[in-house]
Amino acid sequence: MTDRLLIEESAVNAAAPGAEALPPAAPPPEAPARSQWRDIWRQFRSHRGAMVALVMFVAIILFVTVGPLVWTIEPTFVDIRARNQGFSAAHPLGTDQLGRDLLARLMAGGQVSLAVGLTAMAIALSLGSLIGISSGYFRRLDAPLMRLTELFLALPLLPLLLLMVTLFREPLGKAMGPAGGTFLLIVGAIGVTSWMQTARIVRGEVLGLKEREFILAAKSIGTPAPRMILRHVLPNVVSPIVVAATLGIATAIITESALSFLGLGFPPDFPTWGRLLYDAVDQMQMYPWRVVLPGLLISLTVLSVNYIGDGLRDAMDPRIRKR
Amino acid sequence: MLSFALRRLLLAIPTLLFISLVIFLLLEASPGDPLGDVPLTVPPEVKERMREALGLGQAWYIRYVLWLKQFFWVEPLYWFDRAFGTGFSEGMQRIISFQSRSPVFDVIAQRLPQTLTVVGMSYLIGVLIAIPIGIVSAYKQYSWFDQIGTFVSMVGFSLPTFFTGVVLIIVFGIKLQWFPSIYDTTLRVTDWDSFAQQVRQMVMPVTVLALYNAAQISRFMRASMLDNLRQDYVRTARAKGLSERIVVLKHVLRNSLIPVVTVIALGLPAVFGGAIITEQVFKVNGLGQLLILAINANDIPMVMTLTFIFAVLIVTFTLIADLLYGVLDPRIRYD
Repeated sequence: MTDRLLIEESAVNAAAPGAEALPPAAPPPEAPARSQWRDIWRQFRSHRGAMVALVMFVAIILFVTVGPLVWTIEPTFVDIRARNQGFSAAHPLGTDQLGRDLLARLMAGGQVSLAVGLTAMAIALSLGSLIGISSGYFRRLDAPLMRLTELFLALPLLPLLLLMVTLFREPLGKAMGPAGGTFLLIVGAIGVTSWMQTARIVRGEVLGLKEREFILAAKSIGTPAPRMILRHVLPNVVSPIVVAATLGIATAIITESALSFLGLGFPPDFPTWGRLLYDAVDQMQMYPWRVVLPGLLISLTVLSVNYIGDGLRDAMDPRIRKR
Repeated sequence: MLSFALRRLLLAIPTLLFISLVIFLLLEASPGDPLGDVPLTVPPEVKERMREALGLGQAWYIRYVLWLKQFFWVEPLYWFDRAFGTGFSEGMQRIISFQSRSPVFDVIAQRLPQTLTVVGMSYLIGVLIAIPIGIVSAYKQYSWFDQIGTFVSMVGFSLPTFFTGVVLIIVFGIKLQWFPSIYDTTLRVTDWDSFAQQVRQMVMPVTVLALYNAAQISRFMRASMLDNLRQDYVRTARAKGLSERIVVLKHVLRNSLIPVVTVIALGLPAVFGGAIITEQVFKVNGLGQLLILAINANDIPMVMTLTFIFAVLIVTFTLIADLLYGVLDPRIRYD
């Protein structure tokens, strides 16, 4: 009698992994995951600089997204009689040499700058995670992929970026319109040249994870590699990826404005923060505010993003969080 | 150690070859035409001859190998001849710039001193500022000095150099008129007056770059000091009655400098890259400005050579950093 029960039980257990293990397994990761994120949030809140930075970053995002809905002057509207004006009610931040409203231009420029930062970061992150995980998880790919990473690290990035943008701006602009082509080119160029750090960090994390028991357990019940990566490896390397993401946004925004500053960014009638700064440099003796404002916005964005990254790194480090 | 160094050196060769190929192919794929500025009145057959004179007639792989030969064989021979008065490189074609029709390396040799004085000085000053700040910040963690120091380094690290440079020009160049906003490269230092002028025009570009470098290095220095201050050997040193000064400045500092030195070495080539922007802001006619001019003028040999020199710098300093790490830290074993 007892024997039969045991056998039945073990039969149920044996059947479980294939058929029933998945539904009951789904809720438990949900619950601890949520409390883990709450833990991180609690730790993050205790980092004063990061909280201030978060508020500032949200404010900047609201400024560039909601702002144009409130302040409805077209950023490209030329009012030649109102050119070079100072601060006034009609133009709170003044106008440029063609009489275009600076406030509206800053909002529009911010949209482009932030969009470039976010998209380039997304490209760099996906590339970096893909290469990092495949090189950490599949031993056969490790050596060639790491060689590739080292090769990319040895490339002189800024000169190459300058080169890529100058050489391919016109043909791409002809193919896809000046704005779209430049956007694609800049975002692609920044993404392709900044994935290496992420790849290295992710690879290191994956190598460490592979030695853990739960990976061995998952492997021993025959989990195929794709599911293994998506369900067991990827969730556990999210935190370094998130930290790398924040830093990636900061570098991408700086790189884009640097390219614009060198006159190699978006076309002239297409404002970005870097472009606004570049256009204003010629007349900085008479109108220094036009240089300072876009520069200030770039710096504030990058500073807040860096602080958020710092806070996230502290919050996601379990060694610190326990304290 | 020696075998490690040799292996890394051998590995650097294919890396550099690959990079040069990437740069070359990128330039090759570009639609820009170096003869684009030639007037339309020039008949096509003359244009074709000009093209051949520039060496553009051959297939790309022939030109690539030719460039490799010129860079790695002809140029060293030429400089060897210059140094020792021999005649090995006679009749050999050096790399010629499309823009000025003069050898690329002669132009680079003219521009190098400006870049080296500005960049080198700023890096030196940056390191000299960063290390004491990092030490004090870590030793008095969470003190007001540390709070301010970390905030300033975060700001310095986040502000793009083209913004700090322009702000400095507005404040000190235009409003206060203390320093010239444009770097005068024709200035010859002959007496005290011209020396003072040279110092004055170097202040702003050097400050911009030094701030940026100091911010990065002081963060590393602080983290490394913090790591070491918690170690057991520090407690031992204090327990045996060494003065605080010796514990911190001798025991902890020496160990903390190991990773920082490698970071300093690794950062040096990046500084040359970053100087491209600062040179543009202050109109220093150094290597960075040369590169931008060459890119805009489709001067393929110049762009190729300059970009490749940047790559050589990166590979060399990575190698130096790796080796330094092993030399300074006997716990590192190479096998």
